[in-house]
Amino acid sequence: MSLLSVRNLKMHFSVSKRLFHGPSPVVKAVDGISFDIDEGETLGLVGESGCGKSTTGRSILQLLRPTSGTVHFGGKDLTAMWRPSWGQWKWSEELRQLRQQMQIIFQDPYASLNPRMTVESIVGEPLRTFSTARGGELRRQVQDLLQRVGMDPHYIRRYPHEFSGGQRQRIGIARALALNPQMIVADEPISALDVSIQAQILNLLTDIQAEFGLTYLFIAHDLAAVRHISNRIAVMYLGRLVEVADRDELYASPMHPYTKALISAIPIPAPTVEKKRQRIVLKGDVPSPMSPPTGCRFHTRCPVKEARCEVEEPAMREIESGHQVACHLV
Amino acid sequence: MTQPLISIRELHTHFRTDDGIVKAVDGVSFDIAAGETLGIVGESGSGKSVTCLSMLGLVPSPPAFFPRGEVLFDGLDLLQLREQELKDVRGDKIAMIFQDSMTSLNPYLTVERQLTEVLEIHRGISRREARAQCIEMLEMVGIPSPEKRIDQYPHEYSGGMRQRVMIAMALLCKPRLLIADEPTTALDVTIQAQILELIDELKRELNMSVILITHDLGVIAGTTDRVAVMYAGRIVEQGSTEAVFATPCHPYTRGLLQSIPRLDDPTVEKLFAIPGVPPDLSALPRGCPFHPRCDSVTDRCRVEYPDIVQFGNGQWSVCWEAEATA
Repeated sequence: MSLLSVRNLKMHFSVSKRLFHGPSPVVKAVDGISFDIDEGETLGLVGESGCGKSTTGRSILQLLRPTSGTVHFGGKDLTAMWRPSWGQWKWSEELRQLRQQMQIIFQDPYASLNPRMTVESIVGEPLRTFSTARGGELRRQVQDLLQRVGMDPHYIRRYPHEFSGGQRQRIGIARALALNPQMIVADEPISALDVSIQAQILNLLTDIQAEFGLTYLFIAHDLAAVRHISNRIAVMYLGRLVEVADRDELYASPMHPYTKALISAIPIPAPTVEKKRQRIVLKGDVPSPMSPPTGCRFHTRCPVKEARCEVEEPAMREIESGHQVACHLV
Repeated sequence: MTQPLISIRELHTHFRTDDGIVKAVDGVSFDIAAGETLGIVGESGSGKSVTCLSMLGLVPSPPAFFPRGEVLFDGLDLLQLREQELKDVRGDKIAMIFQDSMTSLNPYLTVERQLTEVLEIHRGISRREARAQCIEMLEMVGIPSPEKRIDQYPHEYSGGMRQRVMIAMALLCKPRLLIADEPTTALDVTIQAQILELIDELKRELNMSVILITHDLGVIAGTTDRVAVMYAGRIVEQGSTEAVFATPCHPYTRGLLQSIPRLDDPTVEKLFAIPGVPPDLSALPRGCPFHPRCDSVTDRCRVEYPDIVQFGNGQWSVCWEAEATA
């Protein structure tokens, strides 16, 4: 059985409420996506900026309350655990307890650590909130965590500004590990780091996955890094999934025209290979999610579109075992 | 070899700061021939952007100062020119495009105002004449219905379109050298492919030379003729792009190439990773600045900065190990 099961998840935002200007426009950041992640598996979620991949991660974690759809974690529907309170939606105690098992690593190691807290209080905060450890016991646990992510445990009294980007990302990872979670959502965890540091952090994520038996949702736009770390990959475009397949299957035989273009656009660091490659260069930009195109959302840039693509939205279909595509022409 | 278009000799750009002198660029030399594309790779803080900004006199001084070095272009040393003389070169014969198009364009002015200004200043033509040329240039860089869009403001353009406007602005005076500082880093891969293709086309059409600064080795591989790898303010390896990628001679270049996952490689369990972190420029280690992270470090590396080792075919690197094997 899957650890995480997402069904028809939608996350819409209303942009501004201007009086007498009709209904306020709605950004459909995530507009009906479904997927599963098995225990111990890594699902890579790729797509370009604005396609809704980070919003997907946040609505799975209930950092945002999904507009509709369900998110089952370990068989329990998280979206049903919100409670109304004084006109606002709040987490129930059940959700709060369950969320210990799901943590997040953020993209920007500069913005995601409080500059006025020491490393000890940053990494220890989840423990202070949820466990009974205090004082020396808490400090020992924080030092263990720092050691686990490859940092000197003597650094506990230092502040985030004393560290480089890669070290800060390690602190963020230690914080995510503090409550021994089952699942981690890694939201672009390496894209803000220097090239020589990216491999270090990818290796660390691989190591702790084996050690703690973690399940990952790995969100990124770098298809080469996603290919390295994922078991399966889901490709997202304008709030929708367009293709889901096993890692090797997706790169060996991509079926959706967007996936094909995306893979062909990734430069390969080898001049002899690179200069011979045929590249599919897509025309135009990603349309606004406020007014997505009718029919297939990709039709405005698709090199092989037909008439029906403009009117009829393609459904996700399983073409081969484990390989799903949403395209009329497949 | 033919006369290079521009020749940088022993460029040093240092900054006075509270923590002492920061040697952001510390003895960088390279030539660029007409029509050639040179790639400069390096991590943040390696000095690749400061090198190019120094060439154009765009580094505020103080705090910066230039203890040594020259930038020879058209028989002139750009470092010695007065601001007014530099302005004639900059934007006219040498143009630059920056990474972040949103902060590089003025949000208060229409695209038309920002583009026509370039021609008014450098060509001395009227705004109306300039407008026609600007529309033509916008068309050339692939902006749809340019006669309408030229009157819009930068925020009405998407990221990829703004980058095209920047390129159009840089190319208005048909420069002989275009410096592109991470022109695609802020863009999505499908847009990156568009922009790189565009720069390559325009380069051939106008017979420009290009300096492409990036940290993406994949971009370097596909678009450059020669590549210079920078580390801690110096070039550690230079050569033809083919040669450097096929036989990297500096341990840093080798490490970088091994550490990036490639789409065409079989997947591996663990990536090779260069240990440690990029150095602090105000407290560089003695000897070779890469030695604390190097996997083939010797005692000599800890005390002495290595000499340049030539490998024939124009490739060279600065490493004691390379000297031993050459």
